[in-house]
Amino acid sequence: MSEKELGKKLDRCLADSAVKLGAGLGLGIVFSVVFFKRHTWPVAFGLGMGLGMAYTNCQNDLRYNLYVPEQDSLSLFR
Amino acid sequence: MLRVCLKGANSAARKCLCGNGVPLHPLQQCRSYTSGGSGSSAGKIVAASVLTVGGGVGGTILYANWDPKFRANVEKSIPYSDQVFGLALGPAAPPPVINKPRKVEPVQISSMSEMWKDSKQPKAKEVEKKAEQPDAEGPPAPAPQETLEEASAQVAQILSAIGEVPSVPAPGTHEAEAVPPPAALKGVPAAAAKCTECEHEPAVKERPEGEVAARLAEQDKAEQDLLTSLSSNLEDALGSTAKVTLQAIGAQEAALQAIAQHTRQLREAMEAEAPPDKKSTQWRVLEDALSERSRSVDEAGAAVLKAKAELDKLRGVIDGAKHLKIAAARPSILAAEENLHSMVVDLDSVVTRVQTAQSEAKIVSQYSELVNEAKAQFQKELNSITPEIQANWKGLTGKLTQDDLNSLIAHAHRRIDQMNRELAEQRVREQIHIDSALEQQKLEDKKALEVAVSTALEHNREQMRLEQEKKVEETREVMEAEMRTQLRRQAAAHTDHLRDVLKVQEQELRSEAEEANPEQLKETEYRRLTQDQLDSFTLDMNAAYARLKGMEEAIDSHVIAEEEARKAHQLWLSVEALNYTLKTAALNDPTEPLEGAVQAIKESCAEDEFAQALATALPSESLSRGVYSEASLRARFYAIRQLARRVALIDETRNSLYQYFLSYLQAMLLFEKAQEAPPAKLSAEDLDTFKLLSYAAYSLEHGDLELAAKLVNQLKGESRRVAQDWLKEARLTLETKQVVSLLSAYANAVGLGTTMAP
Repeated sequence: MSEKELGKKLDRCLADSAVKLGAGLGLGIVFSVVFFKRHTWPVAFGLGMGLGMAYTNCQNDLRYNLYVPEQDSLSLFR
Repeated sequence: MLRVCLKGANSAARKCLCGNGVPLHPLQQCRSYTSGGSGSSAGKIVAASVLTVGGGVGGTILYANWDPKFRANVEKSIPYSDQVFGLALGPAAPPPVINKPRKVEPVQISSMSEMWKDSKQPKAKEVEKKAEQPDAEGPPAPAPQETLEEASAQVAQILSAIGEVPSVPAPGTHEAEAVPPPAALKGVPAAAAKCTECEHEPAVKERPEGEVAARLAEQDKAEQDLLTSLSSNLEDALGSTAKVTLQAIGAQEAALQAIAQHTRQLREAMEAEAPPDKKSTQWRVLEDALSERSRSVDEAGAAVLKAKAELDKLRGVIDGAKHLKIAAARPSILAAEENLHSMVVDLDSVVTRVQTAQSEAKIVSQYSELVNEAKAQFQKELNSITPEIQANWKGLTGKLTQDDLNSLIAHAHRRIDQMNRELAEQRVREQIHIDSALEQQKLEDKKALEVAVSTALEHNREQMRLEQEKKVEETREVMEAEMRTQLRRQAAAHTDHLRDVLKVQEQELRSEAEEANPEQLKETEYRRLTQDQLDSFTLDMNAAYARLKGMEEAIDSHVIAEEEARKAHQLWLSVEALNYTLKTAALNDPTEPLEGAVQAIKESCAEDEFAQALATALPSESLSRGVYSEASLRARFYAIRQLARRVALIDETRNSLYQYFLSYLQAMLLFEKAQEAPPAKLSAEDLDTFKLLSYAAYSLEHGDLELAAKLVNQLKGESRRVAQDWLKEARLTLETKQVVSLLSAYANAVGLGTTMAP
């Protein structure tokens, strides 16, 4: 069903952003503790990167159908 | 877990900033530390922001300089940026012009013209070859070959003219065209020559075998052709001769004039005593006149010769015409001969006039010569006596001495004596001279008389001959007419005779026929009666047979009608079964697959093409999977509507995550009517997503699935994609319903047609 597609995409987005944010945070904490003498900024940096990656992924996922030729919808017209 | 990590990070940050193990106080200290440097840090902040902005702007400008597409994008999105770019970089370069096709074209054109030149040369070579060939071929060939040369030269000229123009179809076709015209031209003269030969031979063979009328017609036609050609020849010859004769007469008149003029001037010069300078002009004028006269006389002579030649030619033509002996041409020949005769007469008279004028002129010139001689003699004697005195002695009375005068007078006296003696002598000889002159004159007169008489005789003879010929012509015509009437009479008599003979024969034959035996009449009567009986019997039989046939046909048609009715009934039943399957849809599931019912329909109406076509027109998915009911589609629509509202702003150009957020915001804030009656015609503003959805909801509530589907079809962008599946299902349902309704209508109609009313 085409109307359920958007919902599925958004679900994927959220899950993906949660994973990325968590990973960013984790890596940030690790780097902050190990290399940067417990400064705050690597954590922020890691979180930001995670958020950015999640954002881009979500956007690309939502745009995906526009780049790939639509085979299901157009078959009715042909 | 996040909060723990954040706390840890904060504490770590705090420790970094304000040293180790300091309690809450140092926070304030830290703050005071940080607040103390506020003045310089503000300046730092300002400087940093200025740097950032300047760096950003500079970077943008540099990148725009390098990438024109980026520049165009920025100019589009940021207002007044195009002016900034214009100031910094200069105007934007225009899009690259497509130059290649233009460059290619001139090359093609030049190559085509070169091809033309190449093609011309082989043609010129062809023409030369053809020019060499005529030497080898026989006499009849050169004429067609020449025309062929000319024609091919002309063709080459035309083609070369075409070749100068650049836009021309493929040269191959033109070469092909050039080759057939020379070939065609070659074929035509040869064919023409052959044809004329063929024509002559069968014509000669056919004439003896053909009918008399055809032969006569041919002869008439040939005569007519000859006549026309002859008359045209005569006219041409006459015309040219007349022209030349007129020219000759004119030349003679001119000569006459010139001679008369010259004579007059000579006489004037002789008798007038003018001073020496005027005398010299007079002599010069005289010389001019003399040259003029000689020239015109020569011209006249040449013209006369030409005219005589033309007259001879005309005479030759007339003789040739007479040889052909065509009766109808005689009047024209006679007229031509008369013309000839008159022209000859005119020419002769003019020539004689010129001759008399010339003889007069001779006398005057002789007279002038004598006078000149005498004058010269006198002058010589004067010079011998008085050598130092000039010719003009009138104005010399003062210069002469007495001796000179005396000698002059003595000389004059001597001269007078001499003259007197000569005069006496002359008087004596006068008579002898006159006699001899008279004799000469007589001789000459006789000669002239003879000539004149002979020419007059000739003319008269010609005249009489012409008159005679005219009379002969007239009588001939009269004879011809009489003969024609006689022949007509004879033909009429012949037809009358034939008619009489035919009548007589008819009478004889009829009497013979009527003498036939009377017995045969009885026999024929009997035969006629039996034939009548047979005919009536056959008629009765035919009637009975026809009735039998009619009954059989009625029974058959009954059977057929019953059959039709049965089939219609079956069809109707199967269509009803299909209708029933359509109703088995549950709320959210599709119906049963329609395949079984459709199969039943196809079996029940195996010969009915219309029903077969309709049965196959059902979409395959409805057969295999079934269709959704209207109720389920309606329920589904509301979910779709929500979703479509939420993504109303998204399409191919706007599809970032931010746009999604905006679109959600819009859906939350925008309120439209839940259901709105759609107008009869959709305008541009009605194509807004929200409006379309409310129109579709209204139509759905009122049971019009078709209109709802049409409206949903107008959605654009992401909303459309979201509604795609629903639209597909709606289409399927609509199609199936349409086909089924058509089928049931058809079954009803067929049933109505076959049902008999009781």
